[in-house]
Amino acid sequence: MDTLQQFLDTFFDWQAMGQVLPTMLTVGLTNTLILAASSAILGSILGLVLAVMGISRNPVPRWIARIYTDVFRGLPAILVIVVIGIGLGPIFRHLTGVTSPFPMGVLALTLMAAAYIGEIFRSGIQSVDKGQLEASRALGFSYGHSMTLVVIPQGIRRVLPALVNQLIALIKDSSLVYMLGLMSGEREIYRIGNDAAANTGNLSPLIAAGLLYLCLTVPLTHLVNYIDNRLRTGRPERVEPDEAAAVVGKGA
Amino acid sequence: MTTASGSLTATNIHLSFGANHVLRGIDLHVPQGTTTSVIGPSGSGKSTLLRVMNRLIEPDQGDIALDGRSVLKDNPDELRRRIGMVFQQFNLFPHKTVADNVSLALRKIRGLSRDEARAKALDQLDMVGLKHKADARPANLSGGQQQRVAIARALAMEPAVMFFDEATSALDPELVKGVLALMTDLAKGGMTMVVVTHEMGFSRNVSDSVTFMDGGVVVETGRPDELFEAPTTDRLRNFLSDVL
Repeated sequence: MDTLQQFLDTFFDWQAMGQVLPTMLTVGLTNTLILAASSAILGSILGLVLAVMGISRNPVPRWIARIYTDVFRGLPAILVIVVIGIGLGPIFRHLTGVTSPFPMGVLALTLMAAAYIGEIFRSGIQSVDKGQLEASRALGFSYGHSMTLVVIPQGIRRVLPALVNQLIALIKDSSLVYMLGLMSGEREIYRIGNDAAANTGNLSPLIAAGLLYLCLTVPLTHLVNYIDNRLRTGRPERVEPDEAAAVVGKGA
Repeated sequence: MTTASGSLTATNIHLSFGANHVLRGIDLHVPQGTTTSVIGPSGSGKSTLLRVMNRLIEPDQGDIALDGRSVLKDNPDELRRRIGMVFQQFNLFPHKTVADNVSLALRKIRGLSRDEARAKALDQLDMVGLKHKADARPANLSGGQQQRVAIARALAMEPAVMFFDEATSALDPELVKGVLALMTDLAKGGMTMVVVTHEMGFSRNVSDSVTFMDGGVVVETGRPDELFEAPTTDRLRNFLSDVL
């Protein structure tokens, strides 16, 4: 009984959780969402640029994209965050006067996300049937117009599930930004849980942080499954009578 | 239907993919307002020839002239705006509605407003009998309907010449007739057309001229009755006995 009680006190001290929860929700959740969303958006923009470079007929942009992707996919997230945060932080401070390490955290997350998202976009774009490019070129569209109007929109649609997976990864990886020494109003979910756990000597605040992460990520994983399913089976359609076939009694 | 048709001439076209010499000196002249069928076995270079004539593929050698003027030095996008093309696999844009498929180039290339482009697209769809499908997605149409939309999409740009690349080969047999009827109407209406086809009935009854290709060269060319009644080469005789 004592052991169980000790276990419950260590991990599920409701009072400790209750104390940390308001800050975690108002400060931590906000900052985690800002970090994940801004790096997801910026990473998608940079990723799209990398994808277009990666399928270019010119080898120079293709190689630049290749090397970039290999480097930022091949490094541990924590190393990139620390190196960018500590290394570029002073330069950024000097240029802008902003002392917060927060933008450097966004930058590091963006650079890594772009490498993954670029590969996702590239595979999506390359999976679009060649006839689509051919048909739009035959109509008189330039290569650039054909890509932006016809090929890329179809490619992106197909990789939406993979993009949401990337957003989930960013929500989790945003916790690593705590390494840069955030000011109290900049702390994200993990840092707030960690601080509270350190102050009280009780792990319950970290469990609360974990539960909050799950509240964000689990619905997103189900969203992935939903989109995936929908893309595979198509949206529910009303069946249209096919008069061309009906004339000769197809299906009769 | 009024069309601003033009004549198309390909002269001594050569094309290689690596060591593979696909087109070996092709000459093809399609006078204004006429239909030329290009027939021949698979791999003879028929579809490649179409793609060279609208410069989807650049020839290694030779010249292409529209209305007697060489087009190889012009912007290829400009050339393709004057040549409509219909593909075996339709190649409609699946993420756009039927009407948007037809109006996209009108808006983005011709610079028409959204309303003008839609009105023109609906007219064009009406002509192929599919105005009522304007807001459907291509995936919800039968193959024959998709191909008619593809024809409407090409016609909306008011091309001087239309290319058909085995336009009925991917269709279920009962859907072929509608597309062929539409192509026949176009030909009769005075459109200049180049039709790569396995439909011997169409090439015999509708086209003004038939060109038989094999192994990257034009083996025979002439009026359909001449070619089908009295082939002068063994290659064409063998081909016709295989397909008829």
